[in-house]
Amino acid sequence: MNSDKPLTKEKILSVRDLRVYFDIRREGAWPWQKPLVLKAVDGINLNVYAGETLGVVGESGCGKSTLARALIGMLPARTGSVIWLGQDLTKMGKKQLRSKRQELQMIFQDPLASLNPRMNIGDIIAEPLITFHPQLSKTEVKQQVQAIMQRVGLLPNLVNRYPHEFSGGQCQRIGIARALILKPKLVICDEPVSALDVSIQAQVINLLKELQQEMGLALVFIAHDLSVVRHISDRVLVMYLGKAVEVADAQELYTNPKHPYTKALMSAVPIPDPKIERNKKVQLLHGELPSPITPPSGCVFRTRCPEVQAQCANKCPTLRAINGDNHEVSCLLV
Amino acid sequence: MSLLQVDGLNVSFDTPDGQVTAVKDLSFSIHAKQTLGIVGESGSGKSQTAFAIMGLLAKNGTASGSAKFNGTELIGLSQIELNKIRAEQIAMIFQDPMTSLNPYLKVGQQLNEVLVHHKGMNKKAAKAQSIRMLDAVKMPEAAARMNMYPHEFSGGMRQRVMIAMALLCDPKLLIADEPTTALDVTVQAQIMTLLDELKRDFNTAIILITHDLGVVAGMCDNVMVMYAGQTMEYGTTEEIFYQPSHPYTAGLLESVPRLDTDSPILATIPGNPPNLMQLPPGCPFQDRCGQAEAQCFVQMPELVSFSHTRQRACHAAIASVGAL
Repeated sequence: MNSDKPLTKEKILSVRDLRVYFDIRREGAWPWQKPLVLKAVDGINLNVYAGETLGVVGESGCGKSTLARALIGMLPARTGSVIWLGQDLTKMGKKQLRSKRQELQMIFQDPLASLNPRMNIGDIIAEPLITFHPQLSKTEVKQQVQAIMQRVGLLPNLVNRYPHEFSGGQCQRIGIARALILKPKLVICDEPVSALDVSIQAQVINLLKELQQEMGLALVFIAHDLSVVRHISDRVLVMYLGKAVEVADAQELYTNPKHPYTKALMSAVPIPDPKIERNKKVQLLHGELPSPITPPSGCVFRTRCPEVQAQCANKCPTLRAINGDNHEVSCLLV
Repeated sequence: MSLLQVDGLNVSFDTPDGQVTAVKDLSFSIHAKQTLGIVGESGSGKSQTAFAIMGLLAKNGTASGSAKFNGTELIGLSQIELNKIRAEQIAMIFQDPMTSLNPYLKVGQQLNEVLVHHKGMNKKAAKAQSIRMLDAVKMPEAAARMNMYPHEFSGGMRQRVMIAMALLCDPKLLIADEPTTALDVTVQAQIMTLLDELKRDFNTAIILITHDLGVVAGMCDNVMVMYAGQTMEYGTTEEIFYQPSHPYTAGLLESVPRLDTDSPILATIPGNPPNLMQLPPGCPFQDRCGQAEAQCFVQMPELVSFSHTRQRACHAAIASVGAL
């Protein structure tokens, strides 16, 4: 942040071996019996560099939203560390963590549900500012609210309206304004466009990209839609059953996927072009996602993997670099 | 003769704020074995069209106009008459597989019920047929699954149960309302492959309602594009995707991010969909359209055929849309 043009990318967030487990009480279990353990996030390592977008993709139940919440300390981590600018967020007390939240903001999936229906949008957007900068005068707050509203494409004369008066796309703009008013360094976006229509989705994606360039934001963009992630991300992390199976630069990942799961996922995405879509070979995955309470031994993907071999059941693969250091895969066969 | 012929269908709802027209003067037809895609954003009236045809509109909704299935008028038909056509002739798959099955009944019971009620089968024959159908939709261990409750199934499995249920009576027409929207992409690929195979094996005509243009591209013969309750454009899938003749279709196609390309900035359609309560006079797309002329703000363009497979409702010249 000190130099105007950092030549080497500055690492702002570094996650090491993060595990988020939930205790599940068995039905009819005695109080003294040990609960089952659901491993929602199981040993994730990732880095976020200043100003970049890290996409996180995976299917429902793979732990991407849990990861998002654990990153900003909304969920406690069982083990591992989340290093934010040199400080470990998982070791912080409530007060200290709260003060860090002005640098780390979040945008949620359901645009309407994430806004308080009883507050007008001026108050909603101003709330983080008033909380963290109580010394600001009313006029200053008002000025900043109007400036950010204008920036995200909301008319400033709408401050007195309530969330229900807005469409989904506009509500998401309000959510973005609320997240950005504190000028954070990192915004975690948990499925920010999946509830929106196609034409509105494109508007919001473009807005996020513009704001990122202007404010030098880093984004962690969590989504299940691989096409959307391709368009916004610099690097992409693919998750399956709580583990990272592949991490690479977006261009590299989409043109040269290595992990069998990534390949299957990509082949399943429909392409809006009849000739391409009808001649495309889809790698169908059989069976169901295994339970994160009793994950398979060895590689978690082996029960559905089309290329599975005997060794996959015994050895647990870890992420390792191939093709230089910008492409990592967790597969014994690559 | 077409299997389903819809003519001038209107659907409106009485709400505390006044009457809302969800579908306005809609006409289309589908032939046996054909697949028609109905595409549009939320609020464009695509689901209400299906509900009106099936007689499933909410209590405050009324349908007028005509929808003839094999010569039988469906609009205004009594529930008793409709029940004979529904399931036996026309079946429907709903968007949310989580809520469209009865949570209190075992899956087998829900499947058998259809056959006992509509085909007058005895329980044993119904059970055998249900298991065969679950096998047909590639349900693993079909016989054992008959004794399970819906909550024991995953989303994709529940949608398979819904599809099996819809196909039990061998319907001529299947209406699939966003059948894969609630599912993951890998499961979506399984379900779409399954629908494609079933279409071949059972010769069913399908109306596929979706907002996902990729799904339409892979599966449909013809596509109807809806906006604010009206048809904007109709044509074969190739025509719609490669030569869109309506600015809305063209804009929609450009604003979809594609997996196989990498453009830095997506083209967008500016603005928001119109409020159906306060539709402006003229074309509903006027304030988002890059080619709106004075005429568009006064008069709704009529839906006109301009080749034997295509229709469009737009004042702008076709050549100017193609140049977008």
